[in-house]
Amino acid sequence: MLNYVLRRIALLVPTIIGISICAFAFVRVLPGDPILAMAGQHGVTPERYEILREQFGYNLPIWQQYFNYLWDVMQGDFGISLATKRPVINEFMALFPATMELAFVALLFAVIIGIPAGIFAAIKRGSWFDQVTMGVALTGYSMPIFWWGLLLIIFFSGYLGWTPVSGRIALTFFLKPITGFMLIDTLLYGNWAAFVSALRHLILPAIVLGTIPLAVIARQTRSAMLEVLGEDYVRTARAKGMSPNRVVNVHALRNALIPVVTTIGLQVGLLLGGAILTETIFTWPGIGKWMIDSISKRDYVVVQSGLLIIALIVMSVNLIVDLLYALINPRIRVQ
Amino acid sequence: MKLMKTLMAATAMVALAAGAAQAKQLVYCSEASPAHFDPGPVTGGNDFDASAHTIFERLVEFAPGSTEVIPALAESWDVSEDGKEYTFHLRPGVKWQTLPYFTPTRDLNADDVIFSFERQWKEDNAWHNYLEGMTWDYFQGMDMPKYIASIDKVDDLTVKLTLTEPNAPMLANLAMQFASIVSKEYADQLEASGDMAAFSTQPVGTGPFQLVDYQLDTVIRYQAFPDYWDGKQPIDDLIFAITTDASVRAQRLLAGECDIMPYPAPADLEALKADEDLVVQEQEGLNIGYISYNTTEAPFDNPEVRKALTMAIDKAAIIEAVYQGAGQDAKNLIPPTMWSYDDAIPADVYDPEAAKAALEAAGVTNLTTDLWAIPVSRPYNPNGQRVAELIQADWAKVGVTANIVTYEWTEYRERGKQADRKGPFMIGWTGDNGDPDNFFATLFSCSAIGVSNYSSWCNDDFEAAISAAKTSSDPAERTELYTKAQEIFKAEEPAITLAHSRVFMPMKKTVLNYVMSPLGSHSFKGVDVQE
Repeated sequence: MLNYVLRRIALLVPTIIGISICAFAFVRVLPGDPILAMAGQHGVTPERYEILREQFGYNLPIWQQYFNYLWDVMQGDFGISLATKRPVINEFMALFPATMELAFVALLFAVIIGIPAGIFAAIKRGSWFDQVTMGVALTGYSMPIFWWGLLLIIFFSGYLGWTPVSGRIALTFFLKPITGFMLIDTLLYGNWAAFVSALRHLILPAIVLGTIPLAVIARQTRSAMLEVLGEDYVRTARAKGMSPNRVVNVHALRNALIPVVTTIGLQVGLLLGGAILTETIFTWPGIGKWMIDSISKRDYVVVQSGLLIIALIVMSVNLIVDLLYALINPRIRVQ
Repeated sequence: MKLMKTLMAATAMVALAAGAAQAKQLVYCSEASPAHFDPGPVTGGNDFDASAHTIFERLVEFAPGSTEVIPALAESWDVSEDGKEYTFHLRPGVKWQTLPYFTPTRDLNADDVIFSFERQWKEDNAWHNYLEGMTWDYFQGMDMPKYIASIDKVDDLTVKLTLTEPNAPMLANLAMQFASIVSKEYADQLEASGDMAAFSTQPVGTGPFQLVDYQLDTVIRYQAFPDYWDGKQPIDDLIFAITTDASVRAQRLLAGECDIMPYPAPADLEALKADEDLVVQEQEGLNIGYISYNTTEAPFDNPEVRKALTMAIDKAAIIEAVYQGAGQDAKNLIPPTMWSYDDAIPADVYDPEAAKAALEAAGVTNLTTDLWAIPVSRPYNPNGQRVAELIQADWAKVGVTANIVTYEWTEYRERGKQADRKGPFMIGWTGDNGDPDNFFATLFSCSAIGVSNYSSWCNDDFEAAISAAKTSSDPAERTELYTKAQEIFKAEEPAITLAHSRVFMPMKKTVLNYVMSPLGSHSFKGVDVQE
């Protein structure tokens, strides 16, 4: 097992280097000069332009810029935002809890609904429930997040007035962040009304962000269950006269869940990607919205480092999922 | 069930308690997060709204709803005979805000004023480069280093500004956000403690509101400054709820989550206007969308050809199709809200037959040209590509073939400045200080060729008029000179003046005394909410 873990970690190194090159190259192949972009409608004088180029190191050969960047990153220095002049890592740390909270609740929503729906669809294969569930899942999977989010806002917030339009908590609550997780912070403050408000603000964005993972998880659970239900040991269990519930819950589900766990882990990357759109629509102050705002402001430093940090997180999560998978499925370790 | 009841009762009680303690507050759904809170180096309208119009003030200000310059931190000022010396008499007893991170020991004085300009002006000032990679865009952009000879303290409450040459728009420049007055005492304290960057995140001003808290990308909270020299504000709390998407802002306003919002999407205007709890204020924007001919390139060097090409364009159709009710035909370079606007100038007529005849008379047949389409959406031109397509179709009717070209925005502007650029170039301008000089001289003076004079147009009579207007301090004389400049511009047609945008400001009917600024800033001084 230790061997496996080490091998997986070693594999990360080339990936990280590849990603850092991509992130670095990406912002440089984008059209537009970062210094001119910073200057606004008045522009800068040629002298000032040269000074700034030197200050930001844009005058150096490209490979040298890359190695300087890599060196800084290895020391934990992700650069200073061109727009706000604050360290990128500070902004990231301030905003990341909001994204994590949203992603976690969205995933919870997807798992709680997706797994039972998949199981029932598999058991009642071909029934109207199966067809409707899979139809809805396919629709959910194909739904453009932006349109779906606006639709829900207009209907539930605008028309019915059940949920708030956007934000993380009602503006009447002024609570300094402790952990950055609003649900936890409001409880730490012992402010029940604030907790309710935070929860109400989470509902729509979590549904929107959770829709695609929900569809994926439901479909994956269904096909995994179908496969397992056709296995010999399930037939044996049934033949022994075991109750249908016990067959499904004990024999089938346990084995079917293994690929589902991997699928759930893979959703984390998808959730961070989806967060970009969801956060923008719901004005959710997380890293997705931060990235979008930075792209429109041409804050190259934030875009470059933001991409790298997000990629590192996705990779770490995937690694953890792989290791967990190996833990619950001994066949992997042997291979 | 019992638990549920208990919880509901508890919730209700907390809500009641919160309501009882609630102060009078105004929630503004702002359009973007501020870069930081130092109004000197920032450039965005949202940056200025969050700092210059809440926390800070200037020697002089623009009167609410106009571009007229009125006293603010300077009670009065004298201008010397030769127009080169401005002596400002500061208002006595102006308090600096007391905050958890700063307790002032003195009122506003001349040292603060001098520091506020020297930090932007003098490269050896310790504060000139206090944030990494910072630039003083507006101080440079408004050519302040060229015009300022010295700034001197006469006494504690008197400051003398000496110019290198007379410059009438200087007063309007001093009313701009970059010229906000900051505290020298606070700067000294931070310099001593070694935490200079805090100057941009923990601001101290003299303005009507003081900063309470900023949660990145989420919300900015202000409270009324109790010792404000012009009296405490009617509202207690001012909240900027940062909401970047225009449609979501509209939904928040409709749902009552905010009281007032800027920049609605054209598609949402109807619903906002229809809501009986809301009112939508509107005004012409201080901007111009225009298309610069390259006047050094044949056949565009002939004014008759330029006028004929303009005449071939159906501007009304463009404004209807592209601006969707948020635009208005521009017959002059400056918008109607600006002083010296010449309403006697006739509007451009659309007459393809006459245009064709004029082109033939000028010997222009089978003309093929590039037409540059602005690649980004701007208030003065929401969709450059669409405008270009409509013009292309109009010109085809008079036998002119236009090939639409475009580039990424910064690249686009760089290429547009080239003297040998081929074809008419679509661009626009948003006014900085409400002075006509900021349009005429910035965009069409001879010295702006290669910078922002995309027409490479240098006309002696026009140049003489705008130069004289710049040095005269007599408003009547300046108006006359700018009127003349507008006549020359129309006769010469170095550019097609396309449209001015219309700006909308939806708000709840309970918001009282809000006045739209023609300069596009959002200030909540004096605003009240009906309870």
